[in-house]
Amino acid sequence: MPFDFEFAKSILPHLLEASVITIAATFVSFAIALVIGLFLALGLRSRFALVRRGIWGATQFIRSTPLLVQLYFLFFVLPEIGITMPPFLTGVIGLGAHYSCYIAEVYRAGLESVPKGQWEAAVALNYGRSRAMTEIILPQAIPPMIPVLANYMITMFKDTPVMASITVIELMQTANIIASERFLYVEPMTLVGLIFLALSLVASFGVRLIEGRLVR
Amino acid sequence: MSPIITLRDVRKTFGPLVVLDGLNMEVQRGEKVALIGPSGSGKSTVLRTIMTLETIDGGEIEIDGESLWHMKRGSRVVPANEAHLRRMRSKVGMVFQQFNLFPHWTVLKNVMNPVRTVLGLPEPEARARAEELIALVGLQDKVNQYPGRLSGGQQQRVAIARALAFRPKVMLFDEVTSALDPELVGEVLNVLRMLAHEHDLTMIMVTHQMGFAREISDRILFFEHGRIAEEGTPEKVFNCPTNDRTRAFLTAVRQA
Ligand SMILES: Nc1ncnc2c1ncn2[C@@H]1O[C@H](COP(=O)(O)OP(=O)(O)OP(=O)(O)O)[C@@H](O)[C@H]1O
Ligand SMILES: [Mg+2]
Repeated sequence: MPFDFEFAKSILPHLLEASVITIAATFVSFAIALVIGLFLALGLRSRFALVRRGIWGATQFIRSTPLLVQLYFLFFVLPEIGITMPPFLTGVIGLGAHYSCYIAEVYRAGLESVPKGQWEAAVALNYGRSRAMTEIILPQAIPPMIPVLANYMITMFKDTPVMASITVIELMQTANIIASERFLYVEPMTLVGLIFLALSLVASFGVRLIEGRLVR
Repeated sequence: MSPIITLRDVRKTFGPLVVLDGLNMEVQRGEKVALIGPSGSGKSTVLRTIMTLETIDGGEIEIDGESLWHMKRGSRVVPANEAHLRRMRSKVGMVFQQFNLFPHWTVLKNVMNPVRTVLGLPEPEARARAEELIALVGLQDKVNQYPGRLSGGQQQRVAIARALAFRPKVMLFDEVTSALDPELVGEVLNVLRMLAHEHDLTMIMVTHQMGFAREISDRILFFEHGRIAEEGTPEKVFNCPTNDRTRAFLTAVRQA
């Protein structure tokens, strides 16, 4: 299996360009996951049992079906009922919604990690609910969540190639196109692997830096 | 004058467990009262219902002559809303066994921020009040420390200062020395002793420190099964208890 360095060098710029799409898809999906996750976490604490159960059921459903199936559904089934979205938008909504179910759990665990006594002290000091939340509970709950969330972002990054299946021209899809034009898979796929590896390593290093900061 | 705290036929249950069983209790203005009794007899629950940390299943609690859980609207009596509860809570401060300081704030901020946020005191006034109270509990050289760097005794003194900053009429103390190493108990009791000299401050304390209860309280309430089984002056309750259970409890505590 010879590795053609010249060929690799010639396709690298295309792949790097495509990884911008991959990175953008990661950030946008992650932002969507953070927001939807927040609503899910709030819903799971709702006063209304029906809301709690409905949301719990939905998150269980999303977590136990494959992301690929969900993307296919969004991309190929929704148009049949008149909802058509461009591939990139479909991809980030799908990936974001999928991970929002995990991220809701991170929020919940973070809130529960703050001892009950903190709430009680806040009540005894006559804080209202929202002030207690923003000034006392969240400042304690958020720092330990940050590394966990960042790791989810890295996982999402590594899941972006599924978007190739719904025609998003991201890194994987670009490599695929190059490879199938020439029937040469070794170089493009090796480079894709290396680009993912490099970016993941950088991100993991960043997470460790943040973690070190937080622990102080 | 009316009592500052009145509990009338108060009932509290946790599922099948009856924790307060038709409790009647009055505390006069400025009175220093100690609650003693076996574990599980409902002492903490009494304080927690007064602080609104627990709701009640029956009966009535009055603070400063006003119902805690009900309010008047015109001529009708309706369940208390949040504004009423907040007005009632402002008369009461509470100190917990586990301190419950806010770990992300320095000592100064722990005492200053709540009065700024909740009472809306301007920063210079809140700061002055906080610094004065921190000095009162003897921690002026720790103002900029985080709670995690303090001993248990020091943390508890900050917690007392934090509650006092609201200038409550009533202070509730739930076993505030029980989580402390023995050598740190004294410094917290000294602060309580000092507060006991405040004529106007009502203090209700749950304690296992019998000597201390005897020394600073005007009245001892002996709890059992969610009721007051015996009450009276320290001399009466400690020297000639009339209730067999009180006698047994005091004997057990003395031997411990
Ligand atoms: N949130 C709760 N849920 C269920 N049971 C509870 C709850 N809080 C208290 N209890 C029970 O109520 C009873 C009275 O509790 P409480 O804490 O008032 O007792 P106590 O007199 O303060 O005891 P101790 O001296 O051990 O602190 C106990 O049996 C306790 O287990
Ligand atoms: Mg107790």
